[in-house]
Amino acid sequence: MVTRSLEEEYVKLLRDYLNGPGEDQLYFAQQMGKWLLAHDVSPEELTDMHGRALEKLGEVPEFVRASFSILTEVMIEYGNEHRSVHSWRSRHQQMEAELTVAQAMQKRLLPNQLPDYPGLEIGVVSIAAKQISGDYYDFICQDRERFCLTVADITGNGISAAMCMSMLKYAIDSLREMPLGPDEMLRHLNRIVGRNIDPSMFVTMLYGSYDTHQHCFRYAVAGHEPGFLYRAAEGVFYDLAGQGSVLGLCPNSEYEVQEVRLEAGDILILLTDGVTECKKNRYYLQRDELVLQMQAELGVHAQKMANALYNRLLALSQFELLDDYTMIVLRRT
Amino acid sequence: MWQSCGPETIKIEREADIVTARQVGRNMSRQLGFGTIMQSRIATSISELARNIYLYAGSGTITIAPIVRNGVLGLQLTAIDAGPGIPDIRKAMEDGYSTSGALGAGLPGVRRMMDEFEIHSSPGEGTRVVVVKWNGPIEEGV
Repeated sequence: MVTRSLEEEYVKLLRDYLNGPGEDQLYFAQQMGKWLLAHDVSPEELTDMHGRALEKLGEVPEFVRASFSILTEVMIEYGNEHRSVHSWRSRHQQMEAELTVAQAMQKRLLPNQLPDYPGLEIGVVSIAAKQISGDYYDFICQDRERFCLTVADITGNGISAAMCMSMLKYAIDSLREMPLGPDEMLRHLNRIVGRNIDPSMFVTMLYGSYDTHQHCFRYAVAGHEPGFLYRAAEGVFYDLAGQGSVLGLCPNSEYEVQEVRLEAGDILILLTDGVTECKKNRYYLQRDELVLQMQAELGVHAQKMANALYNRLLALSQFELLDDYTMIVLRRT
Repeated sequence: MWQSCGPETIKIEREADIVTARQVGRNMSRQLGFGTIMQSRIATSISELARNIYLYAGSGTITIAPIVRNGVLGLQLTAIDAGPGIPDIRKAMEDGYSTSGALGAGLPGVRRMMDEFEIHSSPGEGTRVVVVKWNGPIEEGV
């Protein structure tokens, strides 16, 4: 609202300026603009006040007076936009609050602690590019020697990915009661995902079971970014084998079990495509470049290796994370 | 002076009718003692309501009338058409929709400029919007 004192102040400001234009009055006018905005004075009210102020300063020619009608009319549209800012702001705050809740809920879907078995180190780095991640990983202890491991990437991110993720988690949780091999697990999940998510979405996944006694990892892959196997005896990184259709694409996809056995010092590196989609200058990181980075971080604890690799890749991509990033490092000691 | 004002109904069929409705609204709001800004806001509200009729319903009416409630004087605008109706009123009342140019555009702005806003619309049955802007207590001699 335009008050009488505001109007008087405005008339004074205008008079001073017209008597001897100076930067100080312009500065004052700018500050007044902030005050007017803070007090919700609309553009059309200001226009009107300016017209009245002119009348107080002297004889206003009729054409100037009449021109204010045009200005006021135009300003009303600006005023409407100005008035809608409040509702935009409260909607924005509401969405932020909802997102924070979703974020907290999503954290609960991820394991809060890693399994601890003798002879095996586990390291994980999982970072969301935005508030809500489309990457999912989980460890589930099967018995004293074996645990299940899931790494998945849900297309798209945000709320839809988080909702899909909770469905995946509960599906896996209930299916693990049955003695399913990794291939059968993916077959079931494929049907569940296909039936329950939007056709435009899909999920890539690696699901496996690690036997810490035999140090044997049996897994199956559904369109997921292949991981790496480091053979310590040879000092060489190999691509993990395994192919299979992404989850949710066609209902009758079949999956194949793969098996690798880790010797002392061998390392399994599982990841999502956020790792390989780190950009170096304007190019995506190639797998052989990634291998070079990994080679530079050998010989440390799995978690330390995962942390160091994240820092390296982040630095390479100029600290810009384009996609959700998840890397799991399993190292037989 | 306001006692001399009676309700006026303007048929909206052509764009020129929007201008007529604005003119009637501006004159009446002046007679009711509204300030220049309010006169313009009322004219703008009439524009928005009438344009929705003109663009989407083809034809309809705008009724502009003085209103007195509990000793307070105001102006009431009633827009009626038998057009396609607004399928999702909630959506139409959201900010941002007003820039879409679709049916119902501009309604959030009208709601904010006016004191009371009422809308009834369903697909196939047309739309009825009633808005009121209050001015103040009736004063003798106004």
